[in-house]
Amino acid sequence: MTVFLQQIINGLSLGSIYALIALGYTMVYGIIKLINFAHGDIYMLGAYIGFIAVTSLGLGFFPALLAAMAGCALIGVIIERVAYKPLRHATRITALITAIGVSYFLQAGTQRVMGTGVKTFPNVLSNEVFMIGGVRITSQQIIIFITTIVLMLVLQFIVKKTKIGRAMRAVSVDADAAKLMGINVDATISYTFAIGSALAGAAGVLVGIYYNSINPLMGTLPGVKAFIAAVFGGIGIIPGAMFGGFFIGVCETLIAGYGGSLYKDAVVYIILIVILIIKPAGLLGKNVKEKV
Amino acid sequence: MLEIKNLNVHYGVIHALKDASLTVNEGEIVSLIGANGAGKTTLLHAISGILKITSGEILFEDKKLNKISAKDIVACGITQVPEGRRIFSGLSVYENLQMGAYLRKDKEGIAQDLEMVYERFPILKKRSNQDASTLSGGEQQMLAMGRALMARPKILLLDEPSMGLAPILVREIFHIIKDINEQGTTILLVEQNARMALSIADRAYVLENGSIVLSGTGKELAASEDIQKAYLGG
Repeated sequence: MTVFLQQIINGLSLGSIYALIALGYTMVYGIIKLINFAHGDIYMLGAYIGFIAVTSLGLGFFPALLAAMAGCALIGVIIERVAYKPLRHATRITALITAIGVSYFLQAGTQRVMGTGVKTFPNVLSNEVFMIGGVRITSQQIIIFITTIVLMLVLQFIVKKTKIGRAMRAVSVDADAAKLMGINVDATISYTFAIGSALAGAAGVLVGIYYNSINPLMGTLPGVKAFIAAVFGGIGIIPGAMFGGFFIGVCETLIAGYGGSLYKDAVVYIILIVILIIKPAGLLGKNVKEKV
Repeated sequence: MLEIKNLNVHYGVIHALKDASLTVNEGEIVSLIGANGAGKTTLLHAISGILKITSGEILFEDKKLNKISAKDIVACGITQVPEGRRIFSGLSVYENLQMGAYLRKDKEGIAQDLEMVYERFPILKKRSNQDASTLSGGEQQMLAMGRALMARPKILLLDEPSMGLAPILVREIFHIIKDINEQGTTILLVEQNARMALSIADRAYVLENGSIVLSGTGKELAASEDIQKAYLGG
């Protein structure tokens, strides 16, 4: 039982990170139907921006988190304007291949500028350990979890209650009809990229703190896992991405905790396959018939 | 108020509108009738700025609309109720109505207009927190019209408001259109249901294969033999 609870705690930390990345995947897919395969690399850039903020500028956790979010938001908007906007009316496969190209560009660019090696993320948060009935919880885990929940609440508020959030939902349902309402569709898409990328940037800093090490290729695997989380919950559906992220995180740590470390990735992929067979639209997805 | 001069629109090699010209004066209901594929929707999309025009001029209150964005066209006072209603599913009825007022900043005016829309369409008030996609066809048409009215337009472009509705609802919708017009909104109505469209129109145009082939008052056209044969089943 202790092992189980312990792995749930660890899983919630890992799941927080997956969930934050998955949100960006799902938001971008919701609005322009693009799987942004460069999204994992934006998360990597977030970790590097946080690293520079802490080491070169001597900032603390909170300012570094904000710097990474702002930096990634800007990078996300630039990527959309430069790489994806010209392809708005191209076939989906073109945009998808472009996204993979952007991903390689960001990885190679970071390797060129920051070096190919691993960097040690400094300890910006004291790491106190609390023992509760044999279960070990660190203050870092608590902060990661709380930060994630706060960001999710802010996101829910933006999407549900603000004008720009309503515009985002309207554009994702019907971009042409949204234009007829006077909504600037391009600006709305930019906002979506900014918000999704900021969440990935936050995840980058959190992971830097949690694992203490960052490298230019660190975005690939969590990017794929977060993508699976988004598909698992139902791509395009925000609560689905949150749920999917936590679910995949907890699954992985549970499997690792019971001695299956070697198989944890395989199990995640198997879960995806099973979901795609049983409920192709994802756990929270509705089966929508294509209109003709 | 709205003047279209020699408008040409192409979809690739297809010449969808050929030198189409028409005028809508302030306070009028002008109907544009024609068969499927005649270019009616194309014309409305060109006015709303979501289609690029090849040549010609669109003037609204003597201002050229050719080069300005869809957003600025809405800001000028031109709002479209698109074909097939195009309401935002997943958003509540209330949120759909708010989207109509997207460009407006006057909170009090928006609240007033919301009350006005609820008064005109009581069913929308009743369903205000419901997902808009759960509404029936007639209710969705009312929502699409209410949403457009939330922009407080000077001219309302209506694209096939009767499509897919039961005859009794069609009459109700046309009654509402007439009423909106009487309260001061100019209307350009595009319809396949020629009989209804001509019955409420001050003036009307007939579009065939991308060209305007006939125009006149609603009564004149309804009485014309050509129209009777082609569109009214006479």
